[in-house]
Amino acid sequence: MAQVITLFITDRDGQTHEITAPTDMNMNLMEVVRAYDLAPEGTIGVCGGMAMCASCQSYITSDHPLPEQNDYERAMLAEAFYVKENSRLGCQVFITPDLEGLRVTLAPES
Amino acid sequence: MIKSDILIIGAGPTGLFTVFEAGLLKLKCHLIDALPQPGGQCSEIYPKKPIYDIPAYPEILAGDLTDRLMEQIAPFSPGFTLGERAETLEKQEDGSFVVTTDQGTRHSAPVVAIAGGLGSFEPRKPPIDNLAQYEGKGVAYFIKNPEQYRDKHVVIAGGGDSALDWSIFLSDVAASVTLVHRRNEFRGALDSVEKAQELKNQGKIRLITPGEVIGLIGEESLSALQIQVDQEVQTLECQAFIPLFGLAPKLGPIAEWGLEIEKNAIKVDNALDYQTNIPGVYAIGDVNTYPGKLKLILCGFHEATLMCQSAYKRIYPDRRYVMKYTTVGGVEGFDGTKKEAPKAVIKSIE
Repeated sequence: MAQVITLFITDRDGQTHEITAPTDMNMNLMEVVRAYDLAPEGTIGVCGGMAMCASCQSYITSDHPLPEQNDYERAMLAEAFYVKENSRLGCQVFITPDLEGLRVTLAPES
Repeated sequence: MIKSDILIIGAGPTGLFTVFEAGLLKLKCHLIDALPQPGGQCSEIYPKKPIYDIPAYPEILAGDLTDRLMEQIAPFSPGFTLGERAETLEKQEDGSFVVTTDQGTRHSAPVVAIAGGLGSFEPRKPPIDNLAQYEGKGVAYFIKNPEQYRDKHVVIAGGGDSALDWSIFLSDVAASVTLVHRRNEFRGALDSVEKAQELKNQGKIRLITPGEVIGLIGEESLSALQIQVDQEVQTLECQAFIPLFGLAPKLGPIAEWGLEIEKNAIKVDNALDYQTNIPGVYAIGDVNTYPGKLKLILCGFHEATLMCQSAYKRIYPDRRYVMKYTTVGGVEGFDGTKKEAPKAVIKSIE
């Protein structure tokens, strides 16, 4: 049985949700947020997850080791708004067992 | 007034395929799209990316899918109003609809099919406090007439193709071009990046990286920008500021048409024909929602097909019709072309 991890996601209204996500479905953080309706449809994952729109920008607030940003994510974040040191594109952060307990805050809609 | 049987709002894959299904029913279509070219997201966002779930195409580039659809619908001679956003929908006394664009072009049809995807593409505006105050007074998000920048000091912000390409183009027109970006890496076609590098070396483009425009200054119109460079804020005199951060879809004026909206999408009757709460107005593809909805191109094709059958019954309520397979009936275009399956040879053997 594949592992299911727990995540803490703070939505754009400041409410924190404790949710679970499977680690064997190649899901990313943006998809998890959509699966739980934590941001209105059409305001997140607009490009479908190709690192081409930044609508899934998220601030990682726990100190989990995350995979390095690839060129596409870096380039898109350089054109995104409200970017901070801990900004990532949710669509590029894949749900793996070592993200158990990850804490994330969704960036404002732009 | 542009007249058609089905007025399609949105020229993405679902809108384009609607033309084909309508054409088989001898219904003529006209499409409106805010983008200057057909294809919707497929041509605007990811033309060079592959799609793997179009039936019978193990792999097809989004741009190629658009080209194939345009080829498929060509016999049905669709009309296009491109680069204009559908602004208002008015119901007429005879039950038909008039849709007017932001540029005043009027279209009339007995049936409207909204295939608007996630909405019309609008420029992404950087969150700078007083930016809106200077729109049309030095700030623009599109370049419609490059000549208006002749001999002016222009600042462009952004790190993608359009920021690069317009910096290159305007370097020959403007008094000066400054390109501001938060990184010194740009996401664009290789030759655009190389050309920009060359112009920078020649002093024709000034590059400020890493830099970010954080404020605008000017009495009546824009006269200078405040740019954050490392820890300090520099002031740069200019008459034009063009932030080019790409486009993002917004449902826009469609949300004000009296349609039932849920989750940023238009609610439709999926058990029947994808009609909205306004009879005669349908919503198909990514723009609609119903229980179990999936935003997939192939689902949009299915919805378009059912919607056209319903539209036919609405336009011709007294006619009985059953769907005919294209292999049986062929494809008879409005342009005089006809495609049909070759007939089997029936001949006796002596």
